[in-house]
Formats: sequence, structure tokens, C-alpha cells
Amino acid sequence: MTGDDWLDAAKADAQRRQLPALEPLLEALAKATRQLRAAEWNLNAASRPTHDADPPDDAPTT
Amino acid sequence: MAAAIESGEVSVREVVETALHRIETLDVGLDAFTLVMHNSARVAAAHADTEIATGRYRGPLHGIPISIKDLIDVAGVPTTAASQVTDRSPASADAPVVARLKDAGAILIGKCNLHEFAFGTTGEDSAFGPTRHPLDANRSPGGSSSGSAVSVATGMATASVGTDTGGSIRIPAAACGLVGLKPTFGELPGDGIVPLGPSLDHVGPLTRCVADARLMFTAMGGASLSAGSVQTTPLTRRLGCPRPYFFDQLDDGVRATFEQALERLTDDAWTVSTSPIRHARDTATVCLHLLLPEAAAVHASSLDRHGATYTQGVRLRLEMGRYVLAEDYARAQRGRAVLTQTVDDALGDHDALVLPSLAIPAPRLGADTVEIAGRSVSVRNVTLRLTQLFNATGHPAMSIPCGLTTGGLPVGLQLVGRRSHTAQLLDVAEACEQSLFLQQPT
Repeated sequence: MTGDDWLDAAKADAQRRQLPALEPLLEALAKATRQLRAAEWNLNAASRPTHDADPPDDAPTT
Repeated sequence: MAAAIESGEVSVREVVETALHRIETLDVGLDAFTLVMHNSARVAAAHADTEIATGRYRGPLHGIPISIKDLIDVAGVPTTAASQVTDRSPASADAPVVARLKDAGAILIGKCNLHEFAFGTTGEDSAFGPTRHPLDANRSPGGSSSGSAVSVATGMATASVGTDTGGSIRIPAAACGLVGLKPTFGELPGDGIVPLGPSLDHVGPLTRCVADARLMFTAMGGASLSAGSVQTTPLTRRLGCPRPYFFDQLDDGVRATFEQALERLTDDAWTVSTSPIRHARDTATVCLHLLLPEAAAVHASSLDRHGATYTQGVRLRLEMGRYVLAEDYARAQRGRAVLTQTVDDALGDHDALVLPSLAIPAPRLGADTVEIAGRSVSVRNVTLRLTQLFNATGHPAMSIPCGLTTGGLPVGLQLVGRRSHTAQLLDVAEACEQSLFLQQPT
């Protein structure tokens, strides 16, 4: 299930259950889920990683 | 206090009456307690005095008044979890950590307010009303172990037992200027404690100093206190500081106070070097996808039967968890394993990692957002930002006080140790506490 399909289904279900206040939370969850699925350490049967690089980081270091 | 009790200079009855009097006079408006156990505390105090008089001193917790987060079973009184959802029938037995503290001679003075079902970082959503910060009634003391922290900070209890699923011991400890310890995952038994996220839940003490935290932790683990009060390992005095990610969203006052604390440590022969935790930026999403479905599973039947009885914020977060897909929970478990290894790597040959415990000072009650460096950020997200990683990885972590902001609010310094080496972490914390204390202006 794609993230967009999931979000549409989740929001429709929240409406059906008379929990409209859930919608903004589900949208925030969808954003977090997209980040989770994009993480480079995810296992992928079709594409085996050859290295374990660190994600880009613009934070200050000393 | 323990020496005075052992010598008979002060009776347990006097100690307990003082604690009860403080609760009576101070807790109006703070709302740290959900239940004050006057009668049973007085009975236990009389028994404790009799034991001392007959040569049966149990050790340094004998006669010490402690409070218990109202998420943890105490035989004979209800465990409310600060919720209208729970029934009010009394618990049939003490949780093991409570039973062990009683065996060590501690006196249970009362049960403490919390964020409903421990699912929040401010203590605001509670069937008993919000607990308020003792230094500013318009602020939260942090949560979810909000009442536990306030009970210790005000001297209503000498120590408290809290729980920590994303930071719920360390956050209020930092906000209130206390010591808060989250041991290694699974080190202390969670039986008799209402779960939130069973793979993330920890139980531990809140105290005023590291020595007291060591006593509480040792007793809660069922070990003898005679062996628990001494430093156990030689220290290299090397600390790793994971600056990337963890220092990106820090209140200016917290940053300044923390950096000053690091300077005091280096002035006292500690070496602090940057030691990044790789993939730390994935912390929030990994923790979210672990906690939400676990909490939803714990609460599923209650949500179906009593959904409207929960406070709105807690109910919605629990309901959110019912929509997390199994494949995403599995991804989060993979992320947990990766992050656990990266924390191990960052620890390297350091005694511990050091970072702030809480990115902001005690937040204002009712505030959903707070401004950091001109950006509006979610109070819930920013309060969890520095602590929740170590719930996912299971590393022991604790907060110790390290100073005040210019506004007079406490700042916490967090230390993270190796898994299954909580005693060594306590050694590091005690040494850091001494360095910070010795260097503080009088």
C-alpha cells in the first residue's frame, strides 16, 4: 500500500468512526511514515546496500 | 536523614509526620498527589520505629518516605493511571519494585499524579488536573512522572518511583532540578505497572542526588544496599557528546547552561569530545512507529468501550496507533536495531555520552508550541527529542541537575551508559555531580 493510499483510507475510516480530529494527526503520521520508509537502513530485497553511509547533516559540530 | 534515623536522633514517626505536613501545606495548588496514604504511612512508621528499637535496622532506606507514580500497583489502593477509564478497585498486590522498597524499609507516603496513562510529557492531561511546577505555577514540571518530580523537589517525599517510555523520568527530573534514572531496559521488573509501550517501558527512581538514586535503584532491583552505595568501576573521565541532531533544537538558555556545565567538567579533568550518533535523525520516526501501535494494542478494548472517557489528546494519540501498518512497525524494529548499534558505536571507549536532558526549560501549561531560535516547534516533540532514543535502544540514561537558566529554571544534563552497566553509569553520574557541585559558585 502506498503512503497516499494509506492516508486516504485512514482518513476515510476516521470520518466513518466520527473522529475527524484524527485527520491532522494522521497527516503528521503519514509524513513520519514517509521518512521511515525512506531511511537508508531499510531492508530491500531488490536492492542490497553496499555501504552504510550517514545521512546528510547540517548540524554544527565542534 | 538515614544516619539520624539509625541513631535514633530522629524517629521515623517524626520524619513521616513532617512529610505528611508538607503535603498538607504544599500540595494545594501543585496537585502532585492523587492519594495521600496517611494511615498506612503512620502504621508503617510505628512499625519501623519498633524495628529500630529492637535492633532490626534494615538499611539506609529504613523509614524514608517515598512516593509512587499512580501507574504502579500498591496493594490495597487503586491504580488510577490518572484516568477516568480505570476502575477504582484496589490493587491486590504490590508491584515487585514497590515490594522491594518496602522490604528495604521505605515508607510509602502516597501516590503521584501523572499524564494520563503516562502518554504525555507535561502532566497536563490528568483526571486529577495538571500538576504545577513548584517554581512557577504557570508551568508544567514535565511528565509524565509529573507528580513524582514535584513531590521530591518540594520535600514532600525523599524519593519517588516513576516510569519512562520516552523520557518520562528524565524530562520532569530535568525540569525540576532532580536526578532521574532510567536503567537498562528490562533491568527492573515491570510487573504490576500499567504498560504503555511494552518494548519501551522502564521504571526507575527520581531523587535529589545520585547517591539516593543508587540506593533506590539497588533496592528496586532486590539487591543488598550495603553493596550498592560505593563506586564500583574505575573511570577514564572521557565523555562523548553527540552534538549533531541533539543540539539542533535547543533553547538558548538551556544551551548556555549546558555548555557552562561542560566547561566545569573539563575544568575538573573530564575530557569531552564530540561523538555523533549516526542515524540519530531517524529517532523520532522510529520511536513513533514503535510506540503508537504498542500503546494502541494495550488500550484497544478500552478505546472501544470507553473511548470518550479518555482525555482528548491521549485518546487521539492512542487511536492514531491503530492505523500504523504492520510493515511500518517492522521497519521501526529494524531502525531500532540500527540505532542500538550506533549508540554502542558512539559510546566507544567513553565512560558515557553526555547531552542535555530537555531541550527547553519547563514549558508553560497549555502551550502546544514553543519558540526556539525563531522557529515554532511542538512542545511534545521537543520534550521527547533528547531522551526517547535511549528508550528504543534500551541504554541506561539519567538526568542530573547542571544549573539554572538566567530565568531561574533548572537544566538537566543527561548521561547515557552501556547496556546492562547501569551501576557504572551511576558511578559516572556521581563523579560528574561532584565536579559540577565543586565548581559551582557559592
